[in-house]
Amino acid sequence: MAVKEYKSIIEVAGPLVIVDRVSEIAYGEVVEIRTGRGEIRTGQVLDAMTDKAVVQVFEGTSDLDTKNTTARFLGETMKIPVSVDMLGRIFDGAGRPRDGKGEILPEDRRDINGEPMNPTAREFPREFIQTGISAIDGMNTLVRGQKLPIFSGAGLSHNELAAQIARQAKVRGEKEEFAVVFAAMGITAGEAMFFRKDFERTGAMERIVSFINLADDPTVERIITPRIALTTAEYLAFDKDMHVLVILTDMTNYCEALREISAAREEVPGRRGYPGYLYTDLAMSYERAGRIIGKKGTITQIPILSMPGDDITHPIPDLTGYITEGQIVVTRQLHRKGIYPPIDVLPCLSRLMNQGIGEGRTREDHSSVSNQLYAAYAEGRDLRDLVAVVGEEALTERDKKFLEFAERFEDEFINQGMDEDRTIEDTLSIGWELLSILPERELKRIDPEYIEKYRKKKE
Amino acid sequence: MAKIVRVAGPLVEADGMRGYRMHEVVKVGDEALIGEIIRLEKDIASIQVYEETSGLKPGEPVEGTGRTLSVELGPGILRSIYDGIQRPLDLIQTKSGEYIARGISVPSIDHSKKWKFKPVVKEGDSLVSGDIIGEVQETKIITHKVMVPYGLKGTVENIDDGTFTLDDTVCILKDDSKEHRLQMMHYWPVRKPRPIAEKLDSSVPLVSGQRVFDMFFPIAKGGTAAIPGGFGTGKTVSQHQLAKWVDAEIIIYVGCGERGNEMTEVLEEFPHLKDPKSKLPLMERTCLIANTSNMPVAAREASVYTGITLAEYYRDMGYHTALMADSTSRWAEAMREISGRLEEMPGEEGYPAYLASRLAQFYERTGRVVCLGSDGRIGSTTAIGAVSPPGGDFSEPVTQNTLRVTQVFWALDAKLADRRHFPSINWLTSYSLYSENLKEWFSENVSKEWMSLKNRAMTLLQKESELKEIVQLVGPDALPDRERIILDVSRMLREDFLQQNAFHDVDTFCPLDKQYRMLKVILHFYDRAIVALEGGMEPEEIVALSIVDEIAKMKYIDNDKFTEESEKILTNIDKQLVSNKDGG
Repeated sequence: MAVKEYKSIIEVAGPLVIVDRVSEIAYGEVVEIRTGRGEIRTGQVLDAMTDKAVVQVFEGTSDLDTKNTTARFLGETMKIPVSVDMLGRIFDGAGRPRDGKGEILPEDRRDINGEPMNPTAREFPREFIQTGISAIDGMNTLVRGQKLPIFSGAGLSHNELAAQIARQAKVRGEKEEFAVVFAAMGITAGEAMFFRKDFERTGAMERIVSFINLADDPTVERIITPRIALTTAEYLAFDKDMHVLVILTDMTNYCEALREISAAREEVPGRRGYPGYLYTDLAMSYERAGRIIGKKGTITQIPILSMPGDDITHPIPDLTGYITEGQIVVTRQLHRKGIYPPIDVLPCLSRLMNQGIGEGRTREDHSSVSNQLYAAYAEGRDLRDLVAVVGEEALTERDKKFLEFAERFEDEFINQGMDEDRTIEDTLSIGWELLSILPERELKRIDPEYIEKYRKKKE
Repeated sequence: MAKIVRVAGPLVEADGMRGYRMHEVVKVGDEALIGEIIRLEKDIASIQVYEETSGLKPGEPVEGTGRTLSVELGPGILRSIYDGIQRPLDLIQTKSGEYIARGISVPSIDHSKKWKFKPVVKEGDSLVSGDIIGEVQETKIITHKVMVPYGLKGTVENIDDGTFTLDDTVCILKDDSKEHRLQMMHYWPVRKPRPIAEKLDSSVPLVSGQRVFDMFFPIAKGGTAAIPGGFGTGKTVSQHQLAKWVDAEIIIYVGCGERGNEMTEVLEEFPHLKDPKSKLPLMERTCLIANTSNMPVAAREASVYTGITLAEYYRDMGYHTALMADSTSRWAEAMREISGRLEEMPGEEGYPAYLASRLAQFYERTGRVVCLGSDGRIGSTTAIGAVSPPGGDFSEPVTQNTLRVTQVFWALDAKLADRRHFPSINWLTSYSLYSENLKEWFSENVSKEWMSLKNRAMTLLQKESELKEIVQLVGPDALPDRERIILDVSRMLREDFLQQNAFHDVDTFCPLDKQYRMLKVILHFYDRAIVALEGGMEPEEIVALSIVDEIAKMKYIDNDKFTEESEKILTNIDKQLVSNKDGG
């Protein structure tokens, strides 16, 4: 495809420009927009017609005019240079170096949209990743190749949690090449600084590729940030045999950008003004996690999103939950109690947990302990509601035990230090410790054999 | 010549399309991407393209194929895994590697493979549409019946015994002066239901070995069911359990816009799982259609039709087939996406106005039927559709329109899922309109007590929910002893009967007889507990009995040994629950 240049911009509206009298422009083609002052911006074709093209401009359209601005159609879809040298570097949301260390020497150029992985080529993820966080390892185990989002709210400690996971995540008994791809969309400079400092403090910087689009960076650029990050991750994982952890934050800002473009195009909106294709669009990114048969590397994704109004039924967390393999939910209630990480395990889920735990992976009793903790905590929480109405005196002895259990479960099991790295054995033994509060016959979900072996007898 | 004039996502407009038919399949652009015409306006056709359209340009050619979107029907479908438009994913992998590239053309079924064809008619026989002309052993379990295609009839002029490929003529029919050459395969347009002779009523259950389904909300062979539930409520595990254990002969599993890793799980697991009846791998009776959420959206729309057509085809041979669609919401969303791009006037929540009729048409393709052909054989197609309502809110259009046409409603409940109560089917809101129809079958084939046990259990559960409201207000101590026993027995019903562990070797499948005996044990416990209560036993004493633990472990007892064991449990109940007033 050849490069074509046009001066025929006839409309500038929101993030879009319409170029007239074009010919043979491809859908998805990259466009270079040159303003009257010579500044160059990047765009992409959203609608290709015989004589007209609708282009979204990633850096925004302010300063563009319909007289002097030119559009160069580059004749190819959007590609980014990739290289192992990207490790340790910081790029902007569109993949340009932002750390002043100059361009990278590309080993290859890859289409940022990728292609759907063939389900027959996938390998089912079952390698346990120890994050050192009990609420995750014990209750919602993460495995290599999984996509497990953190649902959070404004002002909650999701960033600390994500940084802790990035710092501590390891597969036990292995020393393999790992890398972190960090993609930030619309986060504040303060948040970006937090991550950077944390990465530097732990000396992990040279294993991390960062793509940073800050809150005051162009909104539309956020559309391509996760795509670029995942393209880099795919290269590192499947060409360079690395185990890649991808952190995408904050997906809510990404969706807002998508809504902005959709509105500018006057598309029929779906729920709450988000485009009808939001599910498909999110899936295109989230599904780029996984493992491939015969390849050493893997991609594990931890997208972070803030739920507007802490509402888990909002379209963004809702659609995300339908695509990802579970979710970690961080709540204000626990946060207020001073519990870190404020993970409410009840609405949490890891769909791949069952395959990643048990004998030979974590420990034989893991699955039943986790189930029992869940059931007991749920019961304790129900009773807490009841106590609020009828008072604790009305409870039976049995119920009081469950109440105590729920309290201590939050304080001792969920709650832990930001630098506390618990092994899975630590996590499970805290679990057993707490279960010993309950009468033995209440442990219905655990094999008697394990109760015999692991339950702490009260002296 | 027809050429592209506009590309906007999965929708392409082409000029010079006069003479092309609605729903005709076309090859779009230089890479010959597969598309389907969904609107015609003068010379312009709107085409939904089943592959990624990036890089496609106005000016590139569009070419017709003369066919509407069709599937290839013949031996070789089972054990396959297809994308939404019946392209085998393993062949795509050999051609394009780990990622699905565009413009790949692969045959749906292997045309070079030779099959052993055994005729069942002889020369001179007079045949009509749907008559079986011969048999092919397609897999170890399934004998493929080769039928006279719809619309053809005649006298057998020649029929061959031997091994053939799909393209070889195996039979020649003479109809007056016309001569029809029949092969083992033919094409069928996916959007057109395959014709039948007659629909029958639904009086035989589709047994799944899942207690909450079989006992409380049974589905009939040829029936329809909807499983709506928010994310994490266990839709997919339920669908997998059904695909594994239902007593249908053929399973078509459609993964429509769902997770890649889940499809991989099915792919890895099914070849190792054994069919409970034949003890052969489940894959021998299964065909998977996988159109994951990141695969093109238009193919997602087609995948449901592809699935139901394959199910109908095996039904026509006289098999009981079951289709699992996970999830129909993604199909509806695909419709919405395409409709939005066509700038059609939206109905509720942006869904097209024809959402309800499309859903109804789809579910109406099910049924227990007398197949075409002169032998009057009976087959059935059951459809079980998962629905993913946004925010778990059942009042949204897809759930509501689905409920209007499906007869069984298995409501998944996030509250139950949070407590790890699986399958998280809410017993108070779910229903099955087949219960009455199937009553006779259960009483003849399992036990006369089936219905009465079930009704008693349901009454207890309903009573429990009322009592729980009272407890919320006044605390459990305020309840009379009788009602406390109801709470305890209901908990038993919930934990020891309704909860079923899909990952436990024994509990994953529970035969009907065991289901019946388990329920009988629990209700017998209830009866005796009430008597014991009157005899002076305290509720605390009753729940502390060791028999309570025995009942809790009942579900893990080997299915073969259960009859015997349940008798022992019943005796133990009688032994332990005695009125201690008279010193027993």
